Amino acid sequence: MTRTPLRPLARILPARAAGQSPDEIERENRAARHEEMRDTARQRAEGRLLVLGVFFFCAFMVVGFRMGLMATSEPVEPRASAQGAAISAARADIVDRKGRLLATNFETHALYAQPPHMIDPIRAAKELAAIFPDLEEEKLAKDFTGKRKFLWIRKKISPEQMQAVHEIGDPGLLFGPREMRLYPNGSLAAHVMGGASFGKEGVHAAEVIGVAGVEKYFDDYLRDPANGQRPLELSLDLTVQAAAERVLYGGMKIMNAKGATSILMDVHTGEVISVVSLPDFDPNNRPRPATTGDQSDSPLFNRSVQGVYELGSTFKIFTAAQAVDLGLVSSNTIIDTKGPMRVGGFPIGEFRNKNYGKLTVSDIIVKSSNRGTGRMALDIGVKRQQEFLKSLGFFEATPFEIVEARTGKPLLPKRWTDLSAVTVSYGHGLSTSPMHLAAGYASIANGGYIVAPTILKQNGPRLGRRVMSAPSAKAARDMLRAVVTSGTASMGEVPGYAVGGKTGTADKPKPKGGYYDDKVIATFATIFPAHDPKYVLIVTLDEPVETSGDKPRRTAGWTAVPVAAEMIGRIAPLLGLRPGVEPGSLTDITLTSSN
Amino acid sequence: MRSVLYVLTTLAVIGLAFWAYRENYATQDSLAQTDQLHRDIRAAHARLAVLKAEWAYLNRPDRLRDLADINFDRLGLLPFRPDQFGRVDEVAYPAPPLLDITNSIEVSGILPVAEVSE
Repeated sequence: MTRTPLRPLARILPARAAGQSPDEIERENRAARHEEMRDTARQRAEGRLLVLGVFFFCAFMVVGFRMGLMATSEPVEPRASAQGAAISAARADIVDRKGRLLATNFETHALYAQPPHMIDPIRAAKELAAIFPDLEEEKLAKDFTGKRKFLWIRKKISPEQMQAVHEIGDPGLLFGPREMRLYPNGSLAAHVMGGASFGKEGVHAAEVIGVAGVEKYFDDYLRDPANGQRPLELSLDLTVQAAAERVLYGGMKIMNAKGATSILMDVHTGEVISVVSLPDFDPNNRPRPATTGDQSDSPLFNRSVQGVYELGSTFKIFTAAQAVDLGLVSSNTIIDTKGPMRVGGFPIGEFRNKNYGKLTVSDIIVKSSNRGTGRMALDIGVKRQQEFLKSLGFFEATPFEIVEARTGKPLLPKRWTDLSAVTVSYGHGLSTSPMHLAAGYASIANGGYIVAPTILKQNGPRLGRRVMSAPSAKAARDMLRAVVTSGTASMGEVPGYAVGGKTGTADKPKPKGGYYDDKVIATFATIFPAHDPKYVLIVTLDEPVETSGDKPRRTAGWTAVPVAAEMIGRIAPLLGLRPGVEPGSLTDITLTSSN
Repeated sequence: MRSVLYVLTTLAVIGLAFWAYRENYATQDSLAQTDQLHRDIRAAHARLAVLKAEWAYLNRPDRLRDLADINFDRLGLLPFRPDQFGRVDEVAYPAPPLLDITNSIEVSGILPVAEVSE
């Protein structure tokens, strides 16, 4: 482009000659030049805008395209990262305190059918009925030929069954992978394990959910993928549990009981080493809950935490321990247990209307005198008794970590009168589960601290608040030992283990009020070794009858005690307890004389 | 000068293209290998889980008890009882080995065979 000068001589000279001002020409040219510059600038700006517009358009197109791609593509695992194996989708295992497997997962398959893809539905139905005898051929054939597009046939099948179904060769029969919960020990610790079943089910996977026991209580922990490699460690000991179940089952059969339960608990940590409730079931094939009749007759019923019974004379030791702790009595204080004794117009009697006369506190426990403990309870008073029993945990459901424990709420007297105080002192009118009793006895055994029963393995003692002084706990332990050496539980002696304990025989309440004459709950609550207790064992038999004598015998001393003694003889060695010599009591020096 | 630059640039482009081609295949190889390893790990985990479950199943107390009963004649296994505890000092130590007699000396009168036969 040629640049036009502002004052071109060609125009200026003629203009000057004509007497015109050359400035006009310059202005004109300047204006033209400005116009030209403006045009160029605009063109350049428009060009830049266009470039920017194209750039933004492309950028947004790329973003939009990528978003569309991400929205429509199938999600895939990152393939190149190394830590894919750390997260596991499987439900965590459950192991015992020594790491032995109690529950694990097993890969299996579910069988489903898509009738539209079937070639010969009638033959498939016939062959399936041959493989699975519980399936009905007619019903299957109806489903396969009807309008249904999809149906589940079996939720779990074994590899052999899978092969057999493969051999039918029908393309409409398909398999979906399944993780199945497996309890390799069968019915061992069935009530603690509970069981598992499938939640939401899809063709490719199904979620496994706990339905009872620890499986349900710790469902969130077990399902958390971060815990896939970290099993849930229980406080149970597999061998001890097996031995306890065996002994208790034998004892239940010999004593003709319809149910039985036992709890073995560490007195310092509260760890429950073994908990048995009979009859039991196989958690691999959990039975359906009973819809009719008494729930407590169902094998699903966990007597150790749900069985809320009046546990009878086993409660007497709490009254005695509290009376000693309050300084009202000592073990040697004489109390008159002579009848008749009436509280609130209600006569308090002894077992078989015996009359023990004057007894020391220790002998009241040894002979299990109702009137003796009743008198101590009256001295203690309603309020202090309530507070003491509450602090031992007898007013709430136990914190034991299985879902059923929440339903085991103790039954308390509606109005706690003096009469209630007396009856509760010997274990009537207050119904608790054996687990409550175990926790209460653990407090006496560990020197006076409350301890909460737990099913999880602990690293050390978990002693709670102190509820009685160490000397009172010691006095109570000495009384418990005397019950075995010279009292109602003489069959409970196991040489080398210095067993101490208290028997309790309570009449079973009728559903409509009143008590049965010939149905009892026999309980033996023990601590061993009594001089330095490590374990509490509670054995409870439901409706036992011992028939070796002339008359049927139902008291705990004849039924629960021999079973507990046999159990201690079996499990104490397994716990690593070496039989020892009990430290003898030194002869008291009453009088010294220098001459 | 300029043509040399063109040739060099072209060669560089060819070289880079070849390198990118090889890297692409190497990456795909590695990914395939990783996938295979992941599959192997999964399979090994599954197998391990089955073996553990089987071990636990074979070692379940019921079965061991039955086996101990069946083989009682051979093994004589009984439940562990308190009276089976012992102390270390109750265990008899093996008798010390007898010293080797290397240079024996005849101290009693044993006559040579030839003399006895006379």
